[in-house]
Amino acid sequence: MDEKDLLILQILEDNSRLSRDEMALMAELEPDEIETRIAALEEGGVIRNYTAVIDWDKAGNGEVAAIIDLKVNPERDYGYDRIADRLSRFRQVKSLRLVTGVYDLQLMVTGRNMQEIARFVSEYIAPMDRIRETATHIIMRTYKEYGHSFMDRETKERIPYSL
Amino acid sequence: MKDFISKRAKTIPPSGIRKFFDLALTMEEVISLGVGEPDFCTPWNICEASIYSIEQGVTAYTSNRGLQPLREAISDSLGKNYGLSYNPDREMIITTGVSEGLDIAVRAVVDPGDEVLVAEPCYVSYSPCVTLAGGIPVPVPCSGKDHFRLNPDVLMERITARSKVLIINFPNNPTGAVMRREHLKAIADIVTDHDLLLISDEVYSELTYESRHTAAATVGDLRERTITLNGFSKAYAMTGWRIGYLCAPEDICNAALKIHQYVMLCAPVMGQVAALEGIRKGEDEKDRMVREYRVRRNVFVDSLNRIGLSCHLPEGAFYAFPSVEKTGMNDVEFAETLLKEEHVAVVPGSVFGEGGKNHVRCAYAVSRKELKEAIVRMERFISSHRG
Repeated sequence: MDEKDLLILQILEDNSRLSRDEMALMAELEPDEIETRIAALEEGGVIRNYTAVIDWDKAGNGEVAAIIDLKVNPERDYGYDRIADRLSRFRQVKSLRLVTGVYDLQLMVTGRNMQEIARFVSEYIAPMDRIRETATHIIMRTYKEYGHSFMDRETKERIPYSL
Repeated sequence: MKDFISKRAKTIPPSGIRKFFDLALTMEEVISLGVGEPDFCTPWNICEASIYSIEQGVTAYTSNRGLQPLREAISDSLGKNYGLSYNPDREMIITTGVSEGLDIAVRAVVDPGDEVLVAEPCYVSYSPCVTLAGGIPVPVPCSGKDHFRLNPDVLMERITARSKVLIINFPNNPTGAVMRREHLKAIADIVTDHDLLLISDEVYSELTYESRHTAAATVGDLRERTITLNGFSKAYAMTGWRIGYLCAPEDICNAALKIHQYVMLCAPVMGQVAALEGIRKGEDEKDRMVREYRVRRNVFVDSLNRIGLSCHLPEGAFYAFPSVEKTGMNDVEFAETLLKEEHVAVVPGSVFGEGGKNHVRCAYAVSRKELKEAIVRMERFISSHRG
């Protein structure tokens, strides 16, 4: 991993749909080398997937999302890893992190409605061994995601010429 | 009624782009590569600092020279980044943009009849400021074959017994040209040998892509005879805040300060507070913007060359300066027809002086998406006017 790799990652994170030729110009490398480096980053598991940032409120699919905080008793020899592994296998769990503070794990969960999320938490998450406490926060509105603001700001007027 | 307009005001030319401006305003979907400012908003931490200071009631005049902590921070940063050393209490003034800095610098040193050498193409205010101060602007053309650097031989040809000042601007608006240390060395020798004073507008100093900026005052013995002008507009995307600074040896600085205190009193305090936040904590955001400009430059200049507008790789600022000679149009025709037919705004190079003829200035401080669309339109334009 060198500076060029980091630059490629930054370019991809901003827009993963650029052509190899465009990326080559941006990173000041040959298109072939871009190809090779990206392959290596994919192979090495640094690049996990290519997705889109979607404003689901706007898309109006009616889904609901929640942040769920968990207090967890860590396991001898494994810490939080085994419970995290089990949690991460649920399709409903979109993200999962170990965090500092009052709670240990933080999940993002989606469902068709609030009841579905509540059911998922009470039937699957809360009863798991080692989970001591849950706190569910239904997401009311997303303002910013992955560095992209969802606020529809008026574009500022720019004068056509200035010297 | 008498004609009240002064002869001096009549002498200075009107803006060379007025008609383009008016024309563009009547059009829809204009992609403007005509704007000499960053397309980024000012980094938010900088805005927050200024908002907070207003809430705290920091709304009064500052000292004429500007806020002490800001001057100290600038002095430190100039030392760290360029090896410049200016005393923040005696050799520096915070100005209302570099525009004011240039004006008071010129007025502090130019007497009626003095000749002021102006390296062209350049920002449009240099010659009018000289004229308003009673001086005589003498253009020194920089040409494409020198990558728009100032050629020492050409400079020599323009020097007379009345030459007093040389004004340069590198990284350059409109060409993006950069003078590295080795290029400045030859100029420094001439300036010193002919006992000239140098005014160096370095407002694009943070925007260099191939090498670190060389401050003119660090070359040879130039420090004692240089006025360094710089500001926050370009590096920190702060054009509307109007904060610049002038650095010069004490006696020159004091002369400029007298003018500054009578015509400006001080630079706006909100802007000074914002600038202080920028210089203290704006590095990361600034670096991010510079990386983005570099990426856009690479893509844009490559595309210009591909569609037949030959363009040297600009080493600094955010301008590409391609030649339009091959299209058979001059720069004004090209800019006007391109705007009318494809709604892409570029600035004719001749606006920036003789040396800019047959070139157009394209600012790539617009989003990548717009740059891409601009290229599509320009390519269509060029093929429809071929033969």
